[in-house]
Amino acid sequence: MSLIIEGVVLGIMTGGIYALMASGLTLIFGVLEIINVAQGILVVLGAYFSFWLGQHFHIDLFLGLLIIMPAMFGLGVLLEWAFIRRLRWDRITLSILVTYAIALIIEGVLGFVFTTNFQELHAWYIDAAVPIFGFFVNDVYIIAFILSVVLLGALYLLVYRTSFGRRLRASMQNRTAASLVGIDVPRVQAITFGIGVSLAGAGGVAFGATNAFNPASSYDLIYRLLVIIILGGMGSLSGSLVASLVLVIIGDVVALVWSPVWSSTVFFVLLVALLLFRPQGLFGRMGGRKQ
Amino acid sequence: MNGRVPKKYLFVVGAVLCTLLLGACAGQSSTTNTSAPTGPIKIGADASLTGDASDDGKAIKQGYELWADYVNHHGGLLGHQVQMIVYDDATRPEQATLNYQKLINVDKAAFVLGPFDDAFTVNGAQVAKKYGYAFVQGTGTSPGDFTHGLTNMFSVSLSASRYMASLVNYILSLPADMRPKTAAYVTSDDGFTSAQVTPVIPQLEAGGVKTVLNKIYPAENTDLNPIAAAVAASHADVAILGTSALSECVSYLKVFKTQRYNPKILIATSGPDQGSSFTQAVGGAKGAEGILVANGGWWPTIKTYQNADFVSAFTQKYGGTADDISSDTVQAFSVGQVLQQAVNQVQSLDNAKVISALHQGTFNSLQGPVKFTSDGQNQLALPYLFQWQNGSLIPVYPQGQAQANLEYPKPAWSS
Repeated sequence: MSLIIEGVVLGIMTGGIYALMASGLTLIFGVLEIINVAQGILVVLGAYFSFWLGQHFHIDLFLGLLIIMPAMFGLGVLLEWAFIRRLRWDRITLSILVTYAIALIIEGVLGFVFTTNFQELHAWYIDAAVPIFGFFVNDVYIIAFILSVVLLGALYLLVYRTSFGRRLRASMQNRTAASLVGIDVPRVQAITFGIGVSLAGAGGVAFGATNAFNPASSYDLIYRLLVIIILGGMGSLSGSLVASLVLVIIGDVVALVWSPVWSSTVFFVLLVALLLFRPQGLFGRMGGRKQ
Repeated sequence: MNGRVPKKYLFVVGAVLCTLLLGACAGQSSTTNTSAPTGPIKIGADASLTGDASDDGKAIKQGYELWADYVNHHGGLLGHQVQMIVYDDATRPEQATLNYQKLINVDKAAFVLGPFDDAFTVNGAQVAKKYGYAFVQGTGTSPGDFTHGLTNMFSVSLSASRYMASLVNYILSLPADMRPKTAAYVTSDDGFTSAQVTPVIPQLEAGGVKTVLNKIYPAENTDLNPIAAAVAASHADVAILGTSALSECVSYLKVFKTQRYNPKILIATSGPDQGSSFTQAVGGAKGAEGILVANGGWWPTIKTYQNADFVSAFTQKYGGTADDISSDTVQAFSVGQVLQQAVNQVQSLDNAKVISALHQGTFNSLQGPVKFTSDGQNQLALPYLFQWQNGSLIPVYPQGQAQANLEYPKPAWSS
């Protein structure tokens, strides 16, 4: 029983971090209708950014977010202007190719600059832990989880309580109609992409604080993030949060209680079963978008 | 059309057939370079210089380059300078196959040496066999490596299935009241790690050590936290970790430290043998204290063939101390040593003659004496137990070669 509790607690902590990483991906799909395959490497880029700040300027890995998030936002806006905005037709298919190319370039640069040796983010509190229900949880996991909750909460407020959020949701619902009522859709898309990349960077700091990483870590990340947004419903923020928790909790509990060999298998069996009855995912909408 | 084949087509077909025939003959005759070289002798190898196994691959490259430098400073190989060529496989076994084909067919290497890890070794040995090359290697030691009928492959290192023999002997030699009562075994399904861990289970159970956890996970599994948590939750007296890379080992140790799990014996198959890379990753000497690793028989001060020269050359070329020397570097240098002795025995660069000499002879290496069984395993290799004590990785068992008593139980993690 204690193992199950430990699996659930760890799953919630880790799931929060994955929710942060996935939120940017689902937001980008919802507004721009593209699949950003580079999200995984952008998460890793955020981790390396924090690593670099720590190594050269001794900036705490969470305080460094004050630099990392604006910088990643700028990078996102630049990528959207340079590559995504040029996609006029067959956006989904071409976006996969284009963002994959971006991912390969970033991975190559990271490998060249930092080598492929595994790195870890360090802080004076990295080994501190608190006892919960008879086992210990790293302070870093708790801080990363709180960070995820705060940022996801801020994202919710942005999307549902601000005028920009109304414009963003209008663009998600119907890009053409939004444009007709005077919304600057390209500007909304650029800012949204920037927000998505910024969230990836923040997710990278949380990921790097709890995992060793190297440039190749993005491959495992992106498949998990894609599975999360499919399970949660493409374009649904609340769906990505719930799906993250479900994915990680099921994986951790199965690995702890049964066997790590079956961890991924059990999850994917459940995913397929769900999609058979609910192909739009947990919180997605049937019928697709009308343009 | 009248059914007769035009002459120009017959000419083209004939030319193609002749070309193919000439190419086949050239392929046969260029398997090994038996003519006397006029310049340096090229010796090639593949190594994972990038990718997940880059730590090990770079250490292997260091070993080969050190050996080449050493040979060149001591008269060369049959009087010729050795030119080492090492290609990167990016930790992809299929790339290793291509690299060895290139070394043999394009670079016309006189000899090829082994890469890192089992899959890469088997791939390379198969290419070498196709062209009649000897394949001396130091890291392909899993039982499965020796089941492919590769009569050209020679492993200078201790076979994986025998690595933990000293740990078992030590535990079973303890008085019953001191002997650990429970053990947890976790290993990836990698051939090298599972081959070391799996044989230990029935041996320790026969000695009264109860198995409280036994998990095997896919080698491609990147999230080890749940598995590490399960080990910690088992509170086993002995934790035996089948890790195939430093990063895996560090993942386990981080969780153990967080969960305040202090086993009496903690051993990992890979990671603690990575010298300063390991101690840096676990927070220094204190973090490494008491951790065990099985070893095929090398340490900086061991009195084996050319070891003093090797240690001196390493520290001169790469800096640091002797404790920074990775076991991969030692294995690679040993590979070179054995090849050189075989070549000197037959006084020839003919791979067929070298293969024959390797099958029959006894050789010396950094890791001790070497003599090959019919399937290429080193029957003279001895398993040792090494432990980190006060910042140094030292032999602690068997007692005849120990530099200190085995620290038992392992000290608790210091905060």
